[in-house]
Amino acid sequence: MKWKYSFLVTLMLAFVLFLAACSGDGGADTSSTEDEGSETENEEGASEGSEGDTESDEDQVLVFARGGDSTSLDFASNSDGEASRVTKNIFDSLLDYERDSFEVVPGLAHDWEVSDDGLNYTFFLEEGVTFHDGTEFNAEAVKVNFERWADPEHEYAFTDEGFAYPLYGTMFGGFKGDEGHIIEEINVVGDYEIEFVLKEPQGSFLQNMAMHYFAITSPAALEEYGPDIVENPVGTGPFQFVSWTKDDQIVLEKFEDYRKDGLPKLDQVIYEVIPENSARLIALRSGEVDIIDDVNPDDAAGIESEEGLELHVRGENNVGFLGMNNEKAPLDDKLVRQAISYAVDSESIVEALYAGYATPAVNLIPPNYLGYNDELDPYGYDTDRAQELLAEAGLEDGFEIDLWVMPVSRPYMPDPETVAEIVQSNLAEVGITANIVREEWAPYLEKTSQGEQELFLLGWSGSNGDPDYFFGSLLHGDSIGGENRSFYQNEEVDALIDEAAQTIDQDERAELYKQAQEIIYEDVPVVNMVHSTPLVAAKSEVKNFIAHPSTSDPLEEVEIEN
Amino acid sequence: MTAYIMRRLLQLIPVLLGMTLITFSIVHLIPGNPAQTILGETATQESIETLEENMGLNEPYIVQYGIYITDLLQGDLGTSLRTKTDITDEIWPHIAATFELTFFAMIFAIFIGVNAGIISAWKQNSWFDFLAMMFALVGVSMPVFWLALMEQWVFAQELGWLPAYGRENSRDPIAPITHFYVLDSLIHLDFPRALTVLKHLILPSIALGTIPMAIIARMTRSSMLEVMQSDYIRTVRAKGSGQFLVIYKHALKNATIPVLTVIGLQTGVLLGGAILTETIFSWPGIGRYVFEAINYRDYPVIQSGILVIAFLFVMINLIVDILYTYIDPRIKY
Repeated sequence: MKWKYSFLVTLMLAFVLFLAACSGDGGADTSSTEDEGSETENEEGASEGSEGDTESDEDQVLVFARGGDSTSLDFASNSDGEASRVTKNIFDSLLDYERDSFEVVPGLAHDWEVSDDGLNYTFFLEEGVTFHDGTEFNAEAVKVNFERWADPEHEYAFTDEGFAYPLYGTMFGGFKGDEGHIIEEINVVGDYEIEFVLKEPQGSFLQNMAMHYFAITSPAALEEYGPDIVENPVGTGPFQFVSWTKDDQIVLEKFEDYRKDGLPKLDQVIYEVIPENSARLIALRSGEVDIIDDVNPDDAAGIESEEGLELHVRGENNVGFLGMNNEKAPLDDKLVRQAISYAVDSESIVEALYAGYATPAVNLIPPNYLGYNDELDPYGYDTDRAQELLAEAGLEDGFEIDLWVMPVSRPYMPDPETVAEIVQSNLAEVGITANIVREEWAPYLEKTSQGEQELFLLGWSGSNGDPDYFFGSLLHGDSIGGENRSFYQNEEVDALIDEAAQTIDQDERAELYKQAQEIIYEDVPVVNMVHSTPLVAAKSEVKNFIAHPSTSDPLEEVEIEN
Repeated sequence: MTAYIMRRLLQLIPVLLGMTLITFSIVHLIPGNPAQTILGETATQESIETLEENMGLNEPYIVQYGIYITDLLQGDLGTSLRTKTDITDEIWPHIAATFELTFFAMIFAIFIGVNAGIISAWKQNSWFDFLAMMFALVGVSMPVFWLALMEQWVFAQELGWLPAYGRENSRDPIAPITHFYVLDSLIHLDFPRALTVLKHLILPSIALGTIPMAIIARMTRSSMLEVMQSDYIRTVRAKGSGQFLVIYKHALKNATIPVLTVIGLQTGVLLGGAILTETIFSWPGIGRYVFEAINYRDYPVIQSGILVIAFLFVMINLIVDILYTYIDPRIKY
């Protein structure tokens, strides 16, 4: 009997030892990585300082954690934000955006000229710029890239491998041979001078040219890698590509010959994929990563008050709305749409779901956009007014209606299901019974395009910071059957949008959009609810980081302070 | 024996072909057009059509299936619609990641589960038995994601002992050879790195291994109890063997067969179904690979991913069947 007990004790001791070994090698490892100056584990504030010191002698490495992996590193052949977040730092476009807004600034082109009729754009390119593969950047390279996107027959279009360039088609009205394709021809004037000839003026042309979806890839790399270019990006940007482990990490390193002297400041940038929101925050707190994107608004208050962490807020670049099918009764009545607009309490949605990190929307476009009409008063939350309007429309007894809710979380609406519940109870207060309808994401988009819905939740994210991308897609009669899911058609509005799209003078354009917004405000084709301001959190040691409204943050000036 | 293995491998062919047909039908039956899903709400009608055409989605299903099978027979798993890269290249690192995690999770589950089961059977109705079986019950019913999040919170955030996510120190990435990072570190003779990798394995292995551990413990206990009551054990005891020898030499071997079956099945389940653990710990494994593909309706990846998982499942069962003959020579094929 005694022997049996001793065996039991031995076994349990072995088990305890096993557990101790687990945490034991944890401790041993911490010290070994500290020597390498690579991993920071801030157990206590005291040890943090000394670790920071070891890192100063070493490379400046920034680890950026995000929720999903890039689909491809060939930015133009997909419209994926996770791809352009990375490629933004590998490639340059002819023009660029300000670090915190969509204001156009020089990129690979240091200067540009526009003819008076708005049909000829000449870009003067930086000289002495090299791609990461050592080949030279020049006007010919620009031409090759644009022709690759425009012409499905182009040798680098890789159409047979399933490549398509949807954003090019959207921004420039189609592809080579299409009637709406606005780029007539591209002429190489000199080694460092290139001219774009347009069929008709495009008000947002410069805005489009600054998009990172139209950045320049090395033609030599297109030749060398062919369709494998998706995994072998070669640009002129501040960082060059090193490696990519799918669903795990992408490693970039400093490009020594970058065209801007003294930049980039970091030696390495590592993009990590951490799908779970809470896991991402834990990784930031434990010091394993330096920046995390898509911070849950509920965590924001905690991060702001936490020492060693800093919260960054992106500018507004989207709109989340309650769409209404303007063709279906009773939503075809303006009074009913206005009533719904009064009935929905956007303010409380902002508070409840975005923890205050969003702006209640008055117009379709975000407030910092060209032509934003700030003279219009928000409808506000007014159930009495809503009931009055319903009575005026002859619907004082209320009615029943379908409310479609999308199945996925989007930047403009992180939790659509809860928004739907709030809207449902808001509507119930004025006597409207909303039945929630759920669909898979792709069928949701298809069916709402075809007009099967009545009320629906959706939104829109900007990509070039231009109002045309919102108005032209969401409210223009020509987009019915496509992105205009509210089936709103107003000839006056269409004419204003068309005119603004073709006007080069930006002040004139702003005026036209303001006029259009006044009409839209009266018609209420959709209930604009929120412009969200997504959150980024970083360690305080990360300096000069500015969160860009597009979510593609330039990192060339970022450094880690020691 | 060799003939048996050959026969089993041949049987695999119709099984896998059947699998492809089923998965192909299912992925095309679920609603959702990949072009629309990839492009999202800002897609125009034209861009969707262009993408569909380029991706070959306009062909009749039977043609698409024919192309898929032809490629498959040539050892080509196809090309991902979403990333446009060869699935054959993409899938291996994911498989290796899952294998490594499953391996350590099962080591944890088997070591603790079998021993706890044995002691429980040996000390039936003792306080240890009672506690162990209660833990096993809790373990089986524990939501994996909850356990994983608690582990992260306690060991990564509060105590700072173990890393919260990933397979390795992200600031110092490994140069992969086999994509089994422990093995790769050893090949590089980089022992500190091997320790780092092991450290990253601890939390996800425990999260993933808890349910199998509990099942194994319960199965071992009941199987041991049965064997302990059999005649030959009484005979061994009568010969005067010590308790330890009785249990570990004589009883365990016969009690192992049902336990081994459970271990085989659980290993198969972990290989294919570790999505929760892989997501919470950012483990770039096969579960997440297929899950992402389902979100994007990436048909070739879904098909090939499920095919590979099915193949692994069948292979593990084959290995278990072969192991039976070593444990119990009476079993013949």
